[in-house]
Amino acid sequence: MSRVDVRKTYKLYVGGAFPRSESGRTYPALDAADSVLANVADGSRKDLRDAVRVARGAQAGWAERSGYNRGQVLYRVAEMVEDRADTFVDQIRASGPTRAQAKREVDRSIDRLVWYAGWGDKFAQVFGNLNPVQGAFFNISAPEPTGVVGIVSPEEPALLGLVSRMAPVVISGNTAVLLASERWPLTAITFSEALATADLPAGVVNILTGRKDKLVPVLSAHMDVNAIDAWGNGWQGLDAIEIAAADSVTRVVRPPRSIEWADDRSSQSPHMIADFTELKTVWHPKGL
Amino acid sequence: MTVARGSDSISGVSTPATISDTSPILGQSVSRRSLETYLRATPSVDEVAANERAAALATRSIKRESKMHALELTIRMMDLTTLEGMDTPGKVTQLASKAIRPDPTDPTIPSVAALCVYPNMVPTASEALHGTDIHLAAVASYFPSGQAPLAVRVADTQWAQQAGADEIDMVIDRGAFLSGDFVKVYDDIVAVKEACGPAHLKVILETGELATYDNVRKASMLAMAAGADFIKTSTGKVSPASTRPVTLVMLEAIRDFEAMTGFQIGMKSAGGIRTAKDAIRYLVLVSETMGKDWMTPRMFRFGASSLLNDVLMQIRWLRSGVYQNPDYFTKD
Repeated sequence: MSRVDVRKTYKLYVGGAFPRSESGRTYPALDAADSVLANVADGSRKDLRDAVRVARGAQAGWAERSGYNRGQVLYRVAEMVEDRADTFVDQIRASGPTRAQAKREVDRSIDRLVWYAGWGDKFAQVFGNLNPVQGAFFNISAPEPTGVVGIVSPEEPALLGLVSRMAPVVISGNTAVLLASERWPLTAITFSEALATADLPAGVVNILTGRKDKLVPVLSAHMDVNAIDAWGNGWQGLDAIEIAAADSVTRVVRPPRSIEWADDRSSQSPHMIADFTELKTVWHPKGL
Repeated sequence: MTVARGSDSISGVSTPATISDTSPILGQSVSRRSLETYLRATPSVDEVAANERAAALATRSIKRESKMHALELTIRMMDLTTLEGMDTPGKVTQLASKAIRPDPTDPTIPSVAALCVYPNMVPTASEALHGTDIHLAAVASYFPSGQAPLAVRVADTQWAQQAGADEIDMVIDRGAFLSGDFVKVYDDIVAVKEACGPAHLKVILETGELATYDNVRKASMLAMAAGADFIKTSTGKVSPASTRPVTLVMLEAIRDFEAMTGFQIGMKSAGGIRTAKDAIRYLVLVSETMGKDWMTPRMFRFGASSLLNDVLMQIRWLRSGVYQNPDYFTKD
């Protein structure tokens, strides 16, 4: 006797919890052949507002932790993703790639998390500096997290793209509000389940599924967002994001002309951590 | 005179109350017996019903235009408050300019109803508010505990009034109330009311310390009979401060007192009201309990400090459609 399918309706990931969309709406996540895999939440602008609020609330505490500790937490996220590797592979395959390709994407996502985890207690030494100045002063620059970062994840590759942009943002002490791939949202949802079981404090990463054409303008214009990562958005519509972000002087991190997500040399770099930090420079008197 | 009540009343059926023998509402001294007779006529409050009614009214959906109106009304009803041990003349002056023009970038935002400060800060505030319609409230009578000899509390009140306060927020002696010494509480209010002179008297019941809604109701009746112009929930120094069910209980007491005596007493909810959403829920409660006539700062006030910025943020959001950041609004 065949079992009745368990039909899933996934929810958002906000503040360490899995709330339904305030709007109550969902949309179907389709596979490459357009048959329904599951229903996912259609996040509204109020969900986005709530996500920014909890991200803001979580930011100071996350930034206060040592870089070493943030690295440990990110490493733990990699462990949790590893545990769910089969689920990720199945979900990626449903979007078209072969099993081998899907496996490669999952492995690379895990490796990338581990790689950025290692930078937790090192990037400040690389980007910080004792500046040479003429006078009896020490002049010290140190990178600090910029605050709350809105990340527009790329449509494809959904998992690797999301991980590649989230890890450098979060490792320096920023908190993030992520808009998942609209066409392939399932890996982002499974990723949020991995985050919930890692030791990531509630609110540090928040993942919304929903219509990007509706959410991206609200995210860009939100006065309480410090930076927008537009890599996943691409160049189309970038000017609209930059105009909306200009009112609150929100930094918009532009994508390169073309992105090779699987290429470690162009898609992972400590400079991507620095993109979401502010240099604080301090003058300190020297001498006795 | 029988107490009139609406179908939505949360209080039980009361026995007809007579207050004519001693006329406590006239603020004369009163005998223990007549005061106890008067208070015994206070109906008991159905706690479950009060909570349910307040919760049910909180689910009311408010449409966009009404919300805009409610937010502006909230500002006009606000007693902008600073009651910290670390208050300085500079901070009070700053807060006074915020009271006059809450959003420096937007002249269409109305001024608040009053500025509420400690007596020491009254001269500074009075000078800063000179020439405006904004009232100046001082918390007096040994705020927030009220645990001082009556002479001290009266002198405190007189000083504040003479220094320029036209509204006085006094606290009742909760110790006396809870130990059943109603006459002392009554006499204190009468004495402070007298010391107020022309100033408006708000009597703080500190409902968070009164333990039951029955006590809240009883203290409300007591304060109104003794001559309060307003009754007020809390000092803001005790948790829980103002809650919506407590406000409902006090409003119904006010409604019944008016039916009984013809005197219209105002209401001030203070403490713990921090968001615009919460403030709108209070307005719904007031409107549903007391009617449209009460949608004025003459009858209802909010005592708050951080509420103002949240209201300003909501107004700017409603106008621009862009979610706001508290960093863009003045701190004081």
